[in-house]
Amino acid sequence: MIEVKNLGKQYTNGFVALDNINLSVKKGEILALLGPNGAGKTTLISTICGIVNPTSGSVTVGGFDIIKDYRKTRSLIGLVPQELTTDAFETPWNNLRLSRGLFGLPKNPQMVEKILKDLSLWDKKDDRIMTLSGGMKRRLLIAKALVHEPQVLFLDEPTAGVDVALRQDMWRMVDDLRKQGVTIILTTHYIEEAEAIADRIGVISGGKLLLVEDKQLLMSRMGQKQLKVELMESLDALPTVLAEQGFVLAEDSLSIVYHYGKDAPEVDIAGLLQSVASAGLGVKDIHTQKSSLEEIFVDLVERAA
Amino acid sequence: MNVRGMWAIYCFEMSRTKRTITQSIVSPVLSTVLYFVVFGGAIGSRIESVDGISYGAFIVPGLIMLSIMTQSLSNASFGIYFPRFSGTIYEVLSAPMSFWEATAGYVGAAATKALLIGLITLATAGLFVPIEIAHPFWMLAFLILTTITFSLFGFLIGIWADGFEKLQLIPLLVVTPMVFLGGAFYSIDMLPSAWQTVTMFNPVVYLISGFRWSFYEISDVSVGVSLMMVTLFMGICLALIGWIFKTGYRLKQ
Repeated sequence: MIEVKNLGKQYTNGFVALDNINLSVKKGEILALLGPNGAGKTTLISTICGIVNPTSGSVTVGGFDIIKDYRKTRSLIGLVPQELTTDAFETPWNNLRLSRGLFGLPKNPQMVEKILKDLSLWDKKDDRIMTLSGGMKRRLLIAKALVHEPQVLFLDEPTAGVDVALRQDMWRMVDDLRKQGVTIILTTHYIEEAEAIADRIGVISGGKLLLVEDKQLLMSRMGQKQLKVELMESLDALPTVLAEQGFVLAEDSLSIVYHYGKDAPEVDIAGLLQSVASAGLGVKDIHTQKSSLEEIFVDLVERAA
Repeated sequence: MNVRGMWAIYCFEMSRTKRTITQSIVSPVLSTVLYFVVFGGAIGSRIESVDGISYGAFIVPGLIMLSIMTQSLSNASFGIYFPRFSGTIYEVLSAPMSFWEATAGYVGAAATKALLIGLITLATAGLFVPIEIAHPFWMLAFLILTTITFSLFGFLIGIWADGFEKLQLIPLLVVTPMVFLGGAFYSIDMLPSAWQTVTMFNPVVYLISGFRWSFYEISDVSVGVSLMMVTLFMGICLALIGWIFKTGYRLKQ
């Protein structure tokens, strides 16, 4: 659905916001873009939507070039910007009518009504936008993007500053849209959300796309598990038997840790514990944990920097 | 062509006018009436007629020009600057419409508003002095051409400005003096001859002269030259907008 080839953007002050980005997004998938602040996520989205002119490379949406066939590509795209940019003095109703008009679509009061109701904004339709709460403004921006029936939806940090209940509503809506075949690209700071909702995950840092991978693959490739055994008493040196089996002594010398890959061949946990017991170590607690997307992400970004 | 998109911008801008009816329409009319009372009534009663026209009637075209020029400028510059300032411009930039279409929507609305104000000013002036219009067609033509040209100019200022002060800078420092010195309140041949030459470099002279001709068939320069100057000025504005469209200046970095 979207093909980004060698895309680059250098601002007039010399800042390179995008550095040779290559990305391909399939129809109907949800791609989450992760990256620290200022990584280039918004610039990438803005370029695809036509708000920022690229300095090099090309982008096609639905097979059409975003510069040559901008009318075709833009009518496929809905954008929910990161900032709460609204016409403070207008009403939601008029604002949605403007959005439909801008995209060259005829008036459709039923549709506007349905979207306003879906996003629980119906009773606010004739109020000035400046009187709406932050969460309502966020929903209005989503309504504005949906009202022209996009095939591709960009959500630029849609849940920033949104409370938990609303956030869950929003993800339910994203799920509904996916079922209708809408392609969704979102950026978020909440990594657990990307983990929960996305099909694929892309990591951007310093204008470079570090990787794009299937979420499951990424987690199994990059993810690690560890078995941590907390000891009753601190240990000066690790018994050789345990060191040979792969245990390492933690820095606080109060626990020993065994690392293994998530998809590693069967690990004999019972055997490991038996060795610990036969080495005469008193065990206070044991737990295993797998590295989360968050750890993978931090690891990647730090390695790139 | 995205006609619905143009129309959507036009209606959106016009609804802003309706919402702010007092400042949009009433206040420029009031200030024109004040000019009229001071220059036309108080001072004008001591001035003999100009080229056979009573001074009160003579200044009507100049007053209308003054109000439509300043109104076109401020409406159009604010119309495009505000969405840039608030960020809502993102929607227009990401909509499937060309920059020309967006420009037409914004400029069309600003020009319409200025035209309305011009016509209301004319009607208001009619309450003070009897007004005859020799060439109604050309009167309207000059009115429309000037509102569109100055709205284009204002649109450019609104894109160039990166602060509210700059939005006021050009209208205050350049346009207002040009209009005042462009013969809004006097005939060019009332000036010393050296100043007459200097005045010829002021483009507003040609607009006011042509517009006044459509009322009273008297003019400082020939009507053809006036029309040429309006067209030239409009051409320059269109060329600059074309350049902005191509480079994305101040809009798409």
